[in-house]
Amino acid sequence: MLPLFTRSIKFIIGAGFIFVLLLALIGTVTTLIKEPAQPTAEEEFHKHPKELDLASNGPLGKFDNAQLQRGFLVYEKVCASCHSLNLVSFRDLQQLGYNEAEVKKIAKDWPIKQPVQDPKAGTWGERDNLASDRFPKVYYPGTGSPPDLSLIAKARHDGAAYVHSLLTGYQNQPAELLKKFPTAKTPDGSYYNPYFANLNIAMPPPLTSENQVTYSDGTRATVDQMAKDVSAFLVWTAEPTLQTRHRAGVAVVLFLLFATALAYGAYLTVWRGVKH
Amino acid sequence: MSFPWARHYEPKNPVMQWVDSRLPLPRFVYNAIGAGYPVPRNLNYFWNFGVLAGLALVVQIVTGIVLAMHFHSSAAGAFESINGTIMRDVNAGWFLRFAHANGASMFLLVIYIHIFRGLYYGSYKAPREMVWLIGVVIFLLVMATAFMGYVLPWGQMSFWGAQVITGFFSAIPVVGEWIRVWLLGGYAPDDAALNRFFSLHYLLPFVIAGAVILHIWALHIPGSGNPTGVEVKGEQDTVPFHPYYTAKDGFGVGIFMILFSTLIFFYPDLLGHPDNYIPANPLSTPAHIVPEWYFWPFYAILRAFTADFIIPAKLWGVVAMFGSIILLFFLPWLDKSPVRSANFRPGYRIAFWILVLDVLVLGYCGGSAATPAVVIVSQICAAYYFAHFLIVVPIISRLERPKPLPNSITEAVLGDHGGSRMTETALRA
Repeated sequence: MLPLFTRSIKFIIGAGFIFVLLLALIGTVTTLIKEPAQPTAEEEFHKHPKELDLASNGPLGKFDNAQLQRGFLVYEKVCASCHSLNLVSFRDLQQLGYNEAEVKKIAKDWPIKQPVQDPKAGTWGERDNLASDRFPKVYYPGTGSPPDLSLIAKARHDGAAYVHSLLTGYQNQPAELLKKFPTAKTPDGSYYNPYFANLNIAMPPPLTSENQVTYSDGTRATVDQMAKDVSAFLVWTAEPTLQTRHRAGVAVVLFLLFATALAYGAYLTVWRGVKH
Repeated sequence: MSFPWARHYEPKNPVMQWVDSRLPLPRFVYNAIGAGYPVPRNLNYFWNFGVLAGLALVVQIVTGIVLAMHFHSSAAGAFESINGTIMRDVNAGWFLRFAHANGASMFLLVIYIHIFRGLYYGSYKAPREMVWLIGVVIFLLVMATAFMGYVLPWGQMSFWGAQVITGFFSAIPVVGEWIRVWLLGGYAPDDAALNRFFSLHYLLPFVIAGAVILHIWALHIPGSGNPTGVEVKGEQDTVPFHPYYTAKDGFGVGIFMILFSTLIFFYPDLLGHPDNYIPANPLSTPAHIVPEWYFWPFYAILRAFTADFIIPAKLWGVVAMFGSIILLFFLPWLDKSPVRSANFRPGYRIAFWILVLDVLVLGYCGGSAATPAVVIVSQICAAYYFAHFLIVVPIISRLERPKPLPNSITEAVLGDHGGSRMTETALRA
């Protein structure tokens, strides 16, 4: 009796797992039939971001400094009042083509100051930003919590395209949505945006009119253009070394292709005449 | 160990003679991975993956040691130190970080191919059971190390991954919750958990390196297997590891590095999850918590158990998930067929390819949101996974009629009765 048991233990264990899985399968199927999943407003009305063509796209993408400067301007004039950029330092702006004096001036004039504590009195005061400072934290008193934007282009699926679509995607809630899902009305203080995960975003439309910011390079500041430029800028803040990475990658892969070809030649030479 | 015709180490350089006579380390290396190790002559490219796994381990250790010099292991500083300091201010920090993150994926990819090579060619069978057992231990250690490493950036997926995985232990009856709190050093992942994960993440790779030495040692007792599964019969069946397989591995390393570099330099975030670029927030649960791709098949098995039967569904899931790996330890005794290579086992060969497909589908399910359709597919595939190892393979190994085996490796290579031909071809070259 016992040897038979030890010999068939594997079958017993295997059959046990399969039996429990069968029970689970029956359960899943019955639930599916009894209570089929109800469609939700998010499932039916959420949209994937529109394609966005940026110079930094693709494996060989580069930064377009003129666009990044325009994008920084949009960030400075529009986004910065609520959203911080806490992983970026003012000195990093030199990579966008600003010179040292310009960067110092941007830092000095930045409306949100660096908090400093007086070690003698224990009280808090503030000082002007220096080029070596990170962009200061923004304390937002309103409802919602505006996320830090440093990494936003990496922290969302489709990154920059998502930012661009979100900024240009505000619209009135479609009548058919309300007809189908009467309870899904956008709550007060929220705004309908089909590119946002749950369709209702707390952020009011930030880019509303042409020439909201004044571009100095003659580019027409349409809402779409401003959204594009700030998306491009946020690709840079998310990874300032992107262009270096692409350039290094080309050299590395070309070298490796050459080295691998040599290694293949060495392999053929060593094995010549030895059948395998 | 090794074959009688293995070459002997004879250092010509007086310095090496001096060293070798006092500490035979050069001799040891020569016999392990040099000309002193005779290897079957008919290995195909799937035999490159052991060396590639070793290379991936070295890459992870080297990049990891340098990253650790800049990493702050605290809940307040970890995210900032990686995404701020390392990615922006450390010289080539972005390269180290992307190499380390994608290196983990390359390591697991290579390991999976290596394991499936072993399954196809019966590498787990006598006399190589010990090689297989140590290999499964290495696999478990690598998975633990990879999991703890993924927690260190302290992004949303890091935090919630740690929450879910340590939550497995709370499925244990009575003492489960107590064990979970003890493992985490708190009620939820925080500084204590992050610090111990960092400590262990730095320790385990060296434990893995030790286990790799045992893995290679155990392999060198019987010598390497080969695609025919026929044992080495004589000198004509083998070539010295160096220069033959060092040259072949050099080519394999080149291909590996091209793929690895393409990921690092052009698609560094392809295999990651965007949510891990959001700092950990204990108050906001991500919509879909998914582990890294290499855990997806096991995650699908975990989620497939949705029915309470004697014990709660969650405990079934945890037992099955760990069981799905633990049962690999018993494989040498589940598959009793004396024929190793699936090339000569028509039945097993079909079962093997079904298993490959099964694990791929499980992986797809594990990476997707748990909709009813996905759960149903996972349940069917999980059932086959267990059936494959515990029922199908044992039965096939008893009933199957294997195809005739070649008399020797050399015969398989040359298509005749071998022997003398080897010397002839070698002479002509």
